[in-house]
Amino acid sequence: MALFKNFSIGAALAVPISYLANAVDVPLRWWQRVAGQGGMISFFLIPNMLIFAMFVIVPLAINIVYSVTGGTELFLTERSYVGTEHFDRLLDCSEYTDPNSCREDLFWIAIWNTVKFVFTQVSIMVLIAMITALILNGKIRARGFWRAVFFFPVLLSPVVVGLIWQWMLQRQGVFNFFLFQFDMESINWLTERSWAFGAAVGVSVWAHVGFYVLILLAGLQAIPKDLYEAAEMDGTKPGRAFWRITLPLLWPNLLVVIVLALIRAVQIFDEVYVLTGGGPGTSNLYLTQYIYEVGFASILRNPGVASAASLIMALVLVVLTLAQLGLTRWRDKQ
Amino acid sequence: MKNKIRQNILAAVISTTMLSGGAFAEDVRMMWYSDGVEGEVMSDLLDRFMKKNPDINVILDNVAYQVIQEQLPIALEAGNGPDIARVTNIKAQAKHWLDLTPHLSNAEYWRKSFGDKADWMRPDGSNAITGFMTQLTLTGGYANKTLFEQANVPLPGAKATWDEWVDASAKVAANQQLVAAFAVDRSGHRISGPNVSFGANYIAADGKPNSVDEGTKAFVKKLVDWTNEGKHYRDVWVSAAGSSYRSAAEEFINAQVPFYYSGSWQISNLATKIGDDFDWVATGSPCGTAACSGLAGGAALVAIKYTKHPKAVARVMDYLASAEVVKEFSERTLFIPAHTGLSGRDLNFDTKSEQVKAALSGFMDASANVAPNALALPAWKYASAYYGALATRTSQAMAGELTLDQAFSRMDSDIAEKVK
Amino acid sequence: MNIASFLTARRGKSRWDWTDYFTFSWLGFGLIIMFGPAVWLTLSSFKSPAQLSEFPPTVLPYVAQTVEVEVRGQKKQLPLYEVKLDTGETKVLAELRRIGIISKLVDPADPETTYKVNIKQRTPVREIGLATENYTKPLKDFNFGQFLYNSVFVTVFATLITLVTNSMAAFALSKYQFRGRNGVLLVVIGTLMIPISVIIVPLYSVISSVGLLNSLWGVILPTVATPTGVFLLRQYMLTIPDELLEAARMDDASEWQIYWRIVLPLTAPALAVLAIFSVVWRWNDFLWPLIVLGRKELFTLQVGLNTFAGELNVQWHFILAMTVASMIPVVIVFVFLQRYITTGIAGSGVK
Repeated sequence: MALFKNFSIGAALAVPISYLANAVDVPLRWWQRVAGQGGMISFFLIPNMLIFAMFVIVPLAINIVYSVTGGTELFLTERSYVGTEHFDRLLDCSEYTDPNSCREDLFWIAIWNTVKFVFTQVSIMVLIAMITALILNGKIRARGFWRAVFFFPVLLSPVVVGLIWQWMLQRQGVFNFFLFQFDMESINWLTERSWAFGAAVGVSVWAHVGFYVLILLAGLQAIPKDLYEAAEMDGTKPGRAFWRITLPLLWPNLLVVIVLALIRAVQIFDEVYVLTGGGPGTSNLYLTQYIYEVGFASILRNPGVASAASLIMALVLVVLTLAQLGLTRWRDKQ
Repeated sequence: MKNKIRQNILAAVISTTMLSGGAFAEDVRMMWYSDGVEGEVMSDLLDRFMKKNPDINVILDNVAYQVIQEQLPIALEAGNGPDIARVTNIKAQAKHWLDLTPHLSNAEYWRKSFGDKADWMRPDGSNAITGFMTQLTLTGGYANKTLFEQANVPLPGAKATWDEWVDASAKVAANQQLVAAFAVDRSGHRISGPNVSFGANYIAADGKPNSVDEGTKAFVKKLVDWTNEGKHYRDVWVSAAGSSYRSAAEEFINAQVPFYYSGSWQISNLATKIGDDFDWVATGSPCGTAACSGLAGGAALVAIKYTKHPKAVARVMDYLASAEVVKEFSERTLFIPAHTGLSGRDLNFDTKSEQVKAALSGFMDASANVAPNALALPAWKYASAYYGALATRTSQAMAGELTLDQAFSRMDSDIAEKVK
Repeated sequence: MNIASFLTARRGKSRWDWTDYFTFSWLGFGLIIMFGPAVWLTLSSFKSPAQLSEFPPTVLPYVAQTVEVEVRGQKKQLPLYEVKLDTGETKVLAELRRIGIISKLVDPADPETTYKVNIKQRTPVREIGLATENYTKPLKDFNFGQFLYNSVFVTVFATLITLVTNSMAAFALSKYQFRGRNGVLLVVIGTLMIPISVIIVPLYSVISSVGLLNSLWGVILPTVATPTGVFLLRQYMLTIPDELLEAARMDDASEWQIYWRIVLPLTAPALAVLAIFSVVWRWNDFLWPLIVLGRKELFTLQVGLNTFAGELNVQWHFILAMTVASMIPVVIVFVFLQRYITTGIAGSGVK
């Protein structure tokens, strides 16, 4: 699969790159002689692992240390050990389902908002992706064009997505214009609590559904067509064919899609933050924004609490990711 | 061949040395934000400084106010940041400011000219000189005189209460089909003046925060009620979560609201953007039950402790704090200076607009009405904790998430968390 | 392709099935809702601020016809309106200003007399045109070029480093058996479970202590060692037969040459997919650059656009124009490379 349609560009770049690669071979041969295959393995592994270590493992360890120390200072040496105080604070609730009864009410508001969002957004998005994939799998022309249509918003950056929809949903935006045409009252899409949540879900679905359409479509197209022909010859109605043939064969792919969507939904931040800033009130405040605000942006900053919250979030993600890996393995075995 | 190579190397060395002639100068980074035209004025002043002092290169970083509020504090905690910064959260972050006294050419001048506000920018009990106020500000209201005239509603008088202002503005809004009666910036600092006007006192006898008292509750309740009645332009407060700052100036500039409560730093911004679209006046702060008070404050230009060039920083600060420069800066930015040797009334403000002149003198008059409870706030280290809690919880009450009582008890616990 | 037969293509039968109706409406609706916002954004970005605040909004951008009028000694360009006066006659007047529901107008021929009229009584005189100053003014003041450069810098270097380091690690993990291989794999899986949002606070202090704060490299480095990339490439490399490597070793090729000359070219399709992913991810990164970059001249396009929108509050005409400008590079990539992107993602089947 050549990325460059014009081969001379690729060829022109290849010359200095291959020169560089050949030059590097000389010292590497020496290293291979000295350190053997083990040394070469280390050489190949170290750059990537070093970056993992410095920028993922170490911060994770620091996170754990932050979560058991107090103060607003960032340097570990300036912080004092406080044990499980932050976790206690976060988990201190008389009634877990009512954030108002909790000491750290914003954290629980963020959690319940995220739960609500994850279930709503993922189910709507997967449903729409499923229907679209089924339609695109049928006998239509210019499938590539339609794939591109649904995929377009996925390429847009979250800031652009947030700004476009903010423009359309504001008081005097195009959506209220449609309502006006039908003689209905304007709705404050972004400043009424109930509508704002719907807007966040809708915008998020809009921005990501195309990606999942592609994956499901690939899965559908992998199902052999003769199965359908055989069913048609047997007089099976299309509805039954869907339940008996399509769904079971698509199920592994569908499950992977659902888990991927869940993982991404739990981390929701970018486009919703640009769209609503977390408002109105706190109806669109999700976990990542909570961590960002408590860790950085708010006047009432507390890195320890932010780290504790992020560790709780990490736990959820670990569970989900393990599920995804397990499911991928199971799917590939099918 | 050899000679040619040598010639080329020599040429390269010479040209890079010439190009990097500026590299021998010390770099001083100044982080600055603008409400109006201050960025351009400061840039011009610094250019003149650099001509007279070619060994110092001042880099002016013009950033959004949000960066100062949200990102600078983290940089400071990490021991980074610029060399000089213009900040509003002066007292709470006082531990990050540099004591310039050993590096200044004339510390006595500083104590004389800026000493009365020095407590606003240094830790309690310290004697340090960390910077100076770029302006003195006072919170207060603005009214769109043209809209009032068109609606045939007389402007409320000097001693009018909040209720009278809101009712009059509501009449104007109804008549002129405007979006709301009034708007307030999303900021706890902004509503603290009115809180004090209703009798609030944030500071307990021992210097720790009081719990939310009747005065605060009275005004916040009014504000939330007005929001529910549609008189207060709710989008500004409700469109963000937490303590983020949102300005409501655009609504006033676009003549969408007839009354806007903000502060004197907006004068230049309003003058530039409104032009002569409509007539506007500064109204001072409406009265509550106890006072008709705004909140004094301002932004300060402070030196950062983690700078690597303290002497260069001191020279820049000496220049900017000199009487002539302060005078020119204030006249061009339409700010009220904090220099005790310069009275606002002696300045020749750079404006042809009678409206601006009237607004400026209106604010200067109103500064005599600041209540003692409000005067104490800029020098109090827990003020920003109070402001943050007010902004966060009031907007939740406006959005209907919390009842007022819940909001008040949350404010208390938020503030208590910060007092450790 | 024939548009008519494209539009009327259906499910092979001669009469319309309910599924055809459904398909058509779904696809039609999908087209409007997926492309519509971008189109509406672009149209709106060419409207003047006065036109933007009109409700109900107009579809096409108009430019108000103006006339130069001397008022109180000053020459001004004032927009023209067709006004129905209280006397019943209709005149074309120039608007001095509009406050609330009253508009103050003057007759261009006779600038001293002013008319005060309710805004409902006037309609603008205008023709279709583009308010290009929405673009030119901020492009001058807003360091758009600088932001674009920063984004390109980050994307290009991050992708290059990602391709190199990920493929090297994938090579080691797929083509060699060694003690601790499973341990390393476990570490990679572990990092898969730690997205950046979970570690932003300590990552900030790590970056700060190595002095990469306020630097584009501070934006690039934490993001390049993608575990997804390592897995993707490893899966692909596992399918390369080991005999090829053995044969090369017998021909006295060094391990590096095996990697560079044999394995890497054979992995080209997966590398292309990873490259595309990396470009899209890095271009659209928002949260991490937002945290790391404090100096305006270092902002990437996304952070710059967000700050820009925040600074300007409600000056939509500039915000819209700059949003469209930020969208253009993506649209170009989309138009040319969309086919590769969509087949690549579909083919890999996993993020």
